[in-house]
Amino acid sequence: MAYYEEDDLQRFAEIGKHRPDLFEKFMAWYQACQEEGALSRREKALIGLAVAHALQCPYCIDAFSQSCLEAGSNMDQMTEAIHMSSAIRGGAALIHGLQSHNSVNKVSM
Amino acid sequence: MSTILPVIQPGAQACTDIDFDEKLAAYGMELRASRVDTLQINVGKLCNQVCKHCHVDAGPSRPEIMTRETVEQVLDAIRNFRISTVDITGGAPELNPSFRYLASQSRSLGCQVIVRHNLTVMFQPGQDDLPQFFRNHTIEVVSSLPYFLEQQTDAQRGRGVFEKSIAALRRLNAVGYGVENSELILNLVYNPVGAFLPPPQQSIEADFKRELMNRYGISFNRLFTITNMPIRRFLDYLRRSGNEERYMRKLIEAFNPGTLDGLMCRNLVSVDWTGKLYDCDFNQMLDLPVAPELPQTIAEFSPEKFAGRRITTGSHCFGCTAGVGSSCGGAVATE
Repeated sequence: MAYYEEDDLQRFAEIGKHRPDLFEKFMAWYQACQEEGALSRREKALIGLAVAHALQCPYCIDAFSQSCLEAGSNMDQMTEAIHMSSAIRGGAALIHGLQSHNSVNKVSM
Repeated sequence: MSTILPVIQPGAQACTDIDFDEKLAAYGMELRASRVDTLQINVGKLCNQVCKHCHVDAGPSRPEIMTRETVEQVLDAIRNFRISTVDITGGAPELNPSFRYLASQSRSLGCQVIVRHNLTVMFQPGQDDLPQFFRNHTIEVVSSLPYFLEQQTDAQRGRGVFEKSIAALRRLNAVGYGVENSELILNLVYNPVGAFLPPPQQSIEADFKRELMNRYGISFNRLFTITNMPIRRFLDYLRRSGNEERYMRKLIEAFNPGTLDGLMCRNLVSVDWTGKLYDCDFNQMLDLPVAPELPQTIAEFSPEKFAGRRITTGSHCFGCTAGVGSSCGGAVATE
């Protein structure tokens, strides 16, 4: 059995078989977040795509790639969002280099 | 209404073999025509392009073409029943030798005439003056341009199509189509380049207007978003790419009963190259004729018999009812 199955995307609602009250609360929040508001549908889908890559969730990457296309984004725009996400992840790792430097400096003459 | 976040669809696991009429019945609805105000004439399957999403399976080697005799029968129907709109499609309809006769005669009879013009056909032999012909007869032009970038357009419509399409749009602009304060209408059509639904019409139209003007100095009137129909060449693509079930599930999950009133089948009758009648061009390509109790050919047509008729449906109808819906005039419901 593979850990990730493509068909599981369609089975998400099965999480609600147990503690459906919690799942319903999550769904209400989730649906409310996606309503068009101060951000457009396209912007929200690009944020979703970027976060999906930061989380490296294959379900989310698949779903938000489709969402971005259906919101009118093209591959250049989507790839820029992925680079943004990746660059921030890279920067977040790199800034921790100072932790290492600090640690080394503390014990060095 | 479809969600932008399709990961989570409560109660999902949609079955892809749902009957369209049963789906409507679940909403207490059925699909019936209102009155006929448009004849959509498919004058043949001959085309200079071989687009990957074409539901007609049109191309340069298709022999099916409407004869002058059938064109005369169409014109008789237009004359006798005061049809208000004639929508001419194909193939590339301009490649039918009787196309200009049908279009100009329809205009003389007082009809609004729309031509589904693929842009590149004006570079075929003998078609160089098409922009002037359209202008001289005040014919409304509707042209497919799946994206404002070359890569996507050529991926769907063939190598080199984008460059020719841009040249053709410039020629249409030059004779007054799609420009400010002109009565000459140039509308574009967006089809997704793949197995996904179109974006909201208003937002992608704004993108097209901005990008086509900034990059190429091209203007147009409106952009229609049209969903790819799981028929013929696009269905073949879905099957080859392993996307059929997923795409059908997407259409069914996005079913929107609010689209029903605006569906094109409710106020048009589709005529094929032999004169046979259908509820829409998609049914025509699936060989699903109008209900058997109705006249089957344009020679026997009368709008009274077709008003209020039961529409012949199939699973492809989910394509026209998904999300904000889809028709020859683009989206049919609001976001």
